[in-house]
Amino acid sequence: MTSPLTGTAQNPGSGTFGVKRGLAEMLRGGVIMDVVTAEQAKVAEDAGAVAVMALERVPADIRRDGGVARMSDPALIDAIEQAVTIPVMAKARIGHFAEAQVLQALGVDFVDESEVLTPADEEHHIDKWAFAVPFVCGATNLGEALRRISEGAAMIRSKGEAGTGNVVEAVRHLRAILGDLRAVTQADSAERYGWAKRLQAPIGLVEEIAATGKLPVPLFCAGGLATPADAALVMQLGAEAVFVGSGIFKSSDPARRARAIVEATAHFADAEIVAKVSRGLGEPMAGAEIGTLETRLAERGW
Amino acid sequence: MSRPTVGVLALQGDSLEHAELLRSIGAEVVEVRRPAELDGVGAIVIPGGESTTLSLLLGSSGLFEPLRARLEEGMPALGTCAGMILLAREILDGRPDQLSFGVIDLSVRRNAFGRQLDSFEADLDLAGAAGPPMHAVFIRAPVVERAGPEVEVLASVERAGRSKPVVCRQGEVIVAAFHPELSGDPRLHQMLLERVQARRG
Repeated sequence: MTSPLTGTAQNPGSGTFGVKRGLAEMLRGGVIMDVVTAEQAKVAEDAGAVAVMALERVPADIRRDGGVARMSDPALIDAIEQAVTIPVMAKARIGHFAEAQVLQALGVDFVDESEVLTPADEEHHIDKWAFAVPFVCGATNLGEALRRISEGAAMIRSKGEAGTGNVVEAVRHLRAILGDLRAVTQADSAERYGWAKRLQAPIGLVEEIAATGKLPVPLFCAGGLATPADAALVMQLGAEAVFVGSGIFKSSDPARRARAIVEATAHFADAEIVAKVSRGLGEPMAGAEIGTLETRLAERGW
Repeated sequence: MSRPTVGVLALQGDSLEHAELLRSIGAEVVEVRRPAELDGVGAIVIPGGESTTLSLLLGSSGLFEPLRARLEEGMPALGTCAGMILLAREILDGRPDQLSFGVIDLSVRRNAFGRQLDSFEADLDLAGAAGPPMHAVFIRAPVVERAGPEVEVLASVERAGRSKPVVCRQGEVIVAAFHPELSGDPRLHQMLLERVQARRG
């Protein structure tokens, strides 16, 4: 993984795709936690989070409150950056490149172009190649993942229904992405053109995943995770790390639950450890059936 | 002679790239998450990742003490980025409860180049190594602020007009502030395998 050296005169070699994807690789096997205050960020770091997502409201509250959800207040992001030593991520609206510019100016370590916020553009995602900061984007299927990668995303995550405590949609997305990926590796050279057409994705990326059997950037899981066993499930399905949003700070004992999810993610294939850390965690977040939702966040983005 | 067996700490971080690189140069690889998995490994690689998370998981998995004992007995080790922090004697700008093995006499500052926007790639000259410069990917990388008298500096990087040591060795311990496993340069991993072979006589 090398890329041409670029960067600026003061900072040569910075902002390359190599360093963007490199940070995503370093987060593998870890848990990225949504936090809304500096105190929560510290709880997350103490529990072993590999990064925090700085937000004004967790997705469960965004659903409850309704209205337009936007980028967080820079003062909040600054306070969270000051509070922890681990990477800090923040969300921009889909297509809202000016919010992303602000987040880059604030020095955030990763921008999430997120369907959890209200989209700003109904046709275009952000041109992520134009930025030095790396981006993570959501995807419900392989075509969506490849389109986001072609726009410069350095990490893909599933787009499970955020704020529901219900892992079913994240599982659907992971199985869709990884199932089609396995099928593409079996395609002959003529069929790969058919796949590119069906996936609405660049043939170059289809050729690449057919050869390597994996996405060119890490695939993480997000949306609806609430328990250590949820983390173990999605890691065994092939996610390389997990995002936990409302599931931690909407539970009855956030510090213990956060720590337990960190342990279960690290030891995802070791059911004895997942069992041990799952004991007596108190109440998980209440959660919601997908059929009862008024807004399906995963349908945002194209 | 049988192939050298190298453990790769696989609690968190980019252990997969280390494992692939080690296999490509002829090592057997054991992913280490539990103490029993240390049995039979002739060397250990500590990957890049978040050093605070790795420190916590080393404690809770029960790996910290047995791994420290093996390192103190002289088991060869390679640490990259977070791995360098965990092997160093002193951590600056870490968390007060952060563990380190202290088997290389360095003072290492976490995230010393700055945030992710200051992450960079550069080409380095590796002392005593044949071939082209080493392509180095620095991700929120640590910096060596102090190297003890027994530490050999094998490569340095020029940044903001100052030269900083980024590859160091002391006895059986090799550390890099960057990620040779991401650029796929096997030379530090080969150095590790040579140490394993030398110890087996």
